[in-house]
Amino acid sequence: MTRVVVFDYGYGNVRSVTRALERAGAEVELTSDRDSALAADGLVVPGVGAFAACLEALKVAGGDEIIADRLADGRPVFGICVGLQVLFSHGTEHGTTPGLGYWPGSVDPLNAPVVPHMGWSPVEVPEGSVLFSGVADQRFYFVHSFAAQAALAGQAVLPDQDAQTGHTQVTWATHGDSRFIAAVEDGPLSGTQFHPEKSGSAGIALLGNWLSTLSQSPGATPPRSVPQSLSSPPSPSTLPGGDPQ
Amino acid sequence: MSVAVRVIPCLDVDAGRVVKGVNFQNLADAGDPVELAQRYDMEGADELTFLDVSASSSGRETMLDIVRKTADQVFVPLTVGGGIRSTENVNNLLRAGADKVSVNTAAIARPELMTEIADRFGSQVLVLSVDARRVTGDTHTASGFEVTTHGGRRGTGIDALEWVERSIEAGVGEVLLNSMDADGTKAGFDLEMLHAVRAITPVPLIASGGAGTPEHFVEAVRAGADAVLAAGVFHYGHFTIADVKATLHAAGIEVRI
Repeated sequence: MTRVVVFDYGYGNVRSVTRALERAGAEVELTSDRDSALAADGLVVPGVGAFAACLEALKVAGGDEIIADRLADGRPVFGICVGLQVLFSHGTEHGTTPGLGYWPGSVDPLNAPVVPHMGWSPVEVPEGSVLFSGVADQRFYFVHSFAAQAALAGQAVLPDQDAQTGHTQVTWATHGDSRFIAAVEDGPLSGTQFHPEKSGSAGIALLGNWLSTLSQSPGATPPRSVPQSLSSPPSPSTLPGGDPQ
Repeated sequence: MSVAVRVIPCLDVDAGRVVKGVNFQNLADAGDPVELAQRYDMEGADELTFLDVSASSSGRETMLDIVRKTADQVFVPLTVGGGIRSTENVNNLLRAGADKVSVNTAAIARPELMTEIADRFGSQVLVLSVDARRVTGDTHTASGFEVTTHGGRRGTGIDALEWVERSIEAGVGEVLLNSMDADGTKAGFDLEMLHAVRAITPVPLIASGGAGTPEHFVEAVRAGADAVLAAGVFHYGHFTIADVKATLHAAGIEVRI
């Protein structure tokens, strides 16, 4: 079975994330132990709260180094909500804070009549996305007031790449006047702004898609409820064309 | 396409049992909140709300267990209200698997509670539940809407609109507006009050109280609600969550199908 560590650094709805990954077919350990986090097939970094506070707690627990060490070996890491946000260059919640800097872009306030963006929104998925295989037409549950956004003057934002090359794929969503990054698939590093663990069966399927990309531990058996494996790529007809900026 | 209007069933739970009679067929135990939560999840509930009406501390412990069992089975957001007086109460509920908590009476008694919760856990976990009624004459408040406690039986003299504004400043990330005049009438939401609160509320607004038909939910959304909450009409099977969503959809309102 695919072994996943949910990184427990005091932020995030870790119990729900753990249960959802189990439902998707993983064997899950909730811990901040470095050896376990390095050894797991996949590492999930949840996050609920403010950018700076989450990042600080993550660093105190050694999570920044664990993420770096895993990625240096090409071993998968998945960020959720603020766990995704801290992977960008910086955040502007409660003053500008440098992020972990894996991707260009600033995490800025949403511009909309009603904030937080709270509820189920559709997403614009790029062709060839593995994460959204079979669920590209579904809505996912968002709760956030900040995001890495498309159209902010003078700022580089993570560009989408050709699906064929295997480079970065960006999924977008919109709230009010803000078009923002809803998910990133960048080799071993991926994540979602929304909460797959709170997005019903669509969210469980998405987590299952991520699990299907992990190389499994010796003696592992394939997870039961993974909707599609890598060996059966999604039909293009199920994926609405993304229009990333 | 944008964020869908959320349809939220509310379960009143006393010492681990659903109260306010539930009339579901085909449930092994209609009083079991976990089973009922699963049922509503399958019917398309976009969130679930538990209101803990337990009077005892053992009832509160039971609630934590209910939250754990529900969050293990149901993968949509879960809000818990009732009896939350400290950040420790909040921490226990969040660690058990709740996503949001709603505060009501305790926040009126001690408004700093809202800031304490928002500072520690973020505004997105904090819902202000307001039980408001219309008032005239001597008890008149600035807006004509007054905050009440004890299920609408006791007035506080606090103006409902001022209370909502103050609470948002204190850090609440969502407002649940219950009309105590409309509650239980099945005559529709208090649209005038909803409209007035919407005008001063930049955070998500949930309408509650008075739903009697699926069309009433359309009116509430048009008056400015981001989400709609009901209890009895769902529990008694007058109509389903899917009926409400179909009616909203037919009226051109985005829902999660």
